[in-house]
Amino acid sequence: MVGKGIIKGMVETARNFLGSYVSKQRLTTIQYPEERAPQIEAARNFPFLVFDGTDAEQGLRCVACQICEKECPPKCIFIEKSKDKKPDATGKMQFYPATFNIDISVCMSCQICVEVCPFDSIKMDVVYDLSNNDRFAGLLLHKQQLAKSNEYYNTIHPTEAAAVDAHFAEERAKAAARVKAAAEAKLAAEAKAATDAKAKSETTLADTQAQPVGGGTR
Amino acid sequence: MNLKLDQLDQIFVILNNWLLGYLPPVVRPLCSSILAIALILVTFALLFAITTVLERKGLGRIQNRFGPNRVGPCGFLQPIADGIKSLTKEDIVPNPADHVVHFLAPVLLVAAAFMAYAVLPIGRNMILVDMNAGVLYFFAIGSLMELAVFMAGWSSRSKYSLLGAMRAIAQMISYEVPLVLASIVVIMQSGSLSTVSIVNMQATYTGIWPHWFVFTPWGFAGFALFMIAATAESNRSPFDLPEGESEIIAGYYTEYSGFKFALFFLGEYIGMFATSAMAITLFLGGWSAPFSFLTWIPSYFWFFAKLLTIILTFIWVRGTLPRLRMDQLMNLAWEFMLPMTLLNLLTAGVWHFMPAGALRWLICGAMVVVPCILLSRGLKQRKKFQVRKYRFSE
Amino acid sequence: MSDATNLTAQIDINTIPALGKEQLLELAMGPQHPSTHGVFRMNVVLDGERVMKLKPVFGYLHRNHEKIAESETYLGSMPYTDRLDYICSITNNWAYAIAVEKLAGIEVPERAEYLRVITGELTRLQNHACLLGFLMQDMGASGTPLMYAFREREKIMDLFEGLTGARMMCNYLRFGGCRVDTPAGWMDAARKVVAEFPRFLDEYENLLVGNEILMDRTQEVGILSKELAINAGISGPMARASGVDYDIRKVDHYSIYDRFNFRIPLGERGDVYDRYMIRFLEMRESIKILEQAMRDIPDGPIVDPKTKIRGFRPKPGEAYGRIESPKGELGFYLVSDGALNPYRYRVRPPSLINLTVLEDLCIGQNVADVVVILGSIDIVLGEVDR
Repeated sequence: MVGKGIIKGMVETARNFLGSYVSKQRLTTIQYPEERAPQIEAARNFPFLVFDGTDAEQGLRCVACQICEKECPPKCIFIEKSKDKKPDATGKMQFYPATFNIDISVCMSCQICVEVCPFDSIKMDVVYDLSNNDRFAGLLLHKQQLAKSNEYYNTIHPTEAAAVDAHFAEERAKAAARVKAAAEAKLAAEAKAATDAKAKSETTLADTQAQPVGGGTR
Repeated sequence: MNLKLDQLDQIFVILNNWLLGYLPPVVRPLCSSILAIALILVTFALLFAITTVLERKGLGRIQNRFGPNRVGPCGFLQPIADGIKSLTKEDIVPNPADHVVHFLAPVLLVAAAFMAYAVLPIGRNMILVDMNAGVLYFFAIGSLMELAVFMAGWSSRSKYSLLGAMRAIAQMISYEVPLVLASIVVIMQSGSLSTVSIVNMQATYTGIWPHWFVFTPWGFAGFALFMIAATAESNRSPFDLPEGESEIIAGYYTEYSGFKFALFFLGEYIGMFATSAMAITLFLGGWSAPFSFLTWIPSYFWFFAKLLTIILTFIWVRGTLPRLRMDQLMNLAWEFMLPMTLLNLLTAGVWHFMPAGALRWLICGAMVVVPCILLSRGLKQRKKFQVRKYRFSE
Repeated sequence: MSDATNLTAQIDINTIPALGKEQLLELAMGPQHPSTHGVFRMNVVLDGERVMKLKPVFGYLHRNHEKIAESETYLGSMPYTDRLDYICSITNNWAYAIAVEKLAGIEVPERAEYLRVITGELTRLQNHACLLGFLMQDMGASGTPLMYAFREREKIMDLFEGLTGARMMCNYLRFGGCRVDTPAGWMDAARKVVAEFPRFLDEYENLLVGNEILMDRTQEVGILSKELAINAGISGPMARASGVDYDIRKVDHYSIYDRFNFRIPLGERGDVYDRYMIRFLEMRESIKILEQAMRDIPDGPIVDPKTKIRGFRPKPGEAYGRIESPKGELGFYLVSDGALNPYRYRVRPPSLINLTVLEDLCIGQNVADVVVILGSIDIVLGEVDR
């Protein structure tokens, strides 16, 4: 029949029109900024630095190894290593980044810096309303702006953060076990040395005590 | 009770007479016209504003999204925002353009569009000028709108505008022919060119059914053809190639900005309302109610209800169909619609001279339906278009 | 516009039935144009509504991709390949990964291959949906089919975000496998999306196939003959619509496509309608592949444990890796001299090669059809210009 295709098309649009008043599936708009889309866990936007504890300077995991700076494809990370060392979360003395800048107007969110970091110190954030009036300085994020706590990391990427925490806990347990074993070994060595010395002094005492029978008064 | 309803129906006439009572009799005709003109301008401009919002929201809902919904309740104050925006934009006229003609084109378009309302009966006894040749006047004014379009395209001295203007002129002239021919059947049947008498003829009832011309075979075919031609005259989708956004940007009004662009928009929509109103007058019984027990509702209400229904149908069609290409458009006008309108004339004649009854319905119905099917089949076969089946590789 | 004025001069006077060259109109469509699919310019010479000559001008989106790759490590180029054909990032990654794996002789574990096929076919689905929507938009259907297509595409993009972290620039594949494994619940969400997709295809079919206006505008428009398609090196759905039976998934047997049961639709006339319908049928076949892959995916490692992320130096040599991307044959030619960076990195862009026949398709057609034909070739300027 002539016009059948057109009629079918119009029925389809009418169905969508009426359906948009009844079902959410036919009206998929999310009214930003009153409503926000639910965050998908694996989403990534720009990197941030993780610190343990409450002090951003003290607990920063980054040791300024500069691997992320080398591997970044558009070369948007700028690190200056410090001259001195500070103790990290496990007490070991490490370097730290004196400056750590990321130019987010260049960053392409490829996540390679996260992949190559051996210390789990740089991760991907999910914040996207980062607009600024200053094109250059406003989009160059410094260490203070980049450092966010481990609790925050746990809220945005729970599974990933839990895996990282579990890994750290394991490392710490192993380290603690090593320290304990070393301490015990040291203790055992000291105890053994003490018993050896005691045994040696006892034998010498016994020798001196056993001697005057043949000597008499001289 | 009946008296009160009649008063409600004639409220504007009563108000008009009351106001004119304060003036000396010498100036009364002039002031009456001025009042009526002012009322028409205000009403249809308001209708234009509402239509822009309805269109955007309607298209939005068809496309699974909200339309504008921030300005005012449910977005209905959006036209105010649009008006302010178009008034505050810089008015750029290209250097090589013909400045006088460039300025006059939108003015002429709007003026011509509004002039067409002089012969449209909006309610019982509510018409600006009751001309004897109202329908003729209407179509003559419609041709002025085409002139304005051409002025716009020519004066802009730009290739896109010229292309758009040529296409628009060709389209509008081609579709004038089926438009007028489709309305001739009504004139034949009613024996008069006056819009008032055409509506009065349709405002009678047998039982509960009205005598609208659309309820006859030739009237139905005439209405369908008139509406298709009206869509093409107003450059609405699927016939909006002259303003084909994806091809030549905006066609003949590419070089217009700011308020002149808004005036073009206004002129087009007002023209669309005028043609729809003429369709309502000719075929859908003007201001008469659809059933005899509903005549207590005022006549102007029915007029605007029918007008809104047609507008919503325009929006629905716009949301569904892709655009026709230029040669397909022309083929439709000259090869399909022109023969159909001529055959319709024959059908209307047969209807007039046969005695009333089922036989008349049968013969006239066949005379409308059979040629339509045969003609469309013949045209389709010549082009060899069909849904294809595809093979798969082994 | 100096090159444009030469265009009219190049036309043979005998081919013009009108009064001569003064009647010809020279027009530049683009680079700022609502429907040239990106920054792309076409200088056309018109006789009334008919196209006499057409010269495509591109390069507005050239970003030095191949030169940058010569100074980046192999892994560092992977995010840049996302941005070649920015709608289908995973298939770009896949072609590059295959090229590097051939160069360095790396094997890919089973589960990674299945994940590659799943994400690759999802990419094909969303690319074809996007294209069909845009084709209707170009024809003036005021955005309605476009919105329906994008509604479905959003579901697939949400899946990508759940798996790879980004909706479009996925950066998901690595040499020797994939970057991450699927999180909990992803496979079920993907199954749900794939189960709902045929309903959208049926709705689309109702809306469009059999629509008289669509058929009028696309049938017998922009016909590409089989001989020209083979001679010009056209690949992908455009070639298959002209009847060339060439699908790299069946020819090269790369990855694990041998295990899946799917057919290749072929067209007869090679006009715009055929190209459009072939892509439609390909979507249905992709759904079949997806269902089979999601049913059979095994457990196992995601990446070959021997591959290095840092300090990856393949042995000196050259390799050409190609796949059937949604646009055609996407190939990467790599030459290594044993360093961290490739010596030569060349992309075979299907969009550009398919675009070379644009003039032949458009001559004699109406100017309104030029846009429709360009849309049916399915170009993405990121790939044309690199």
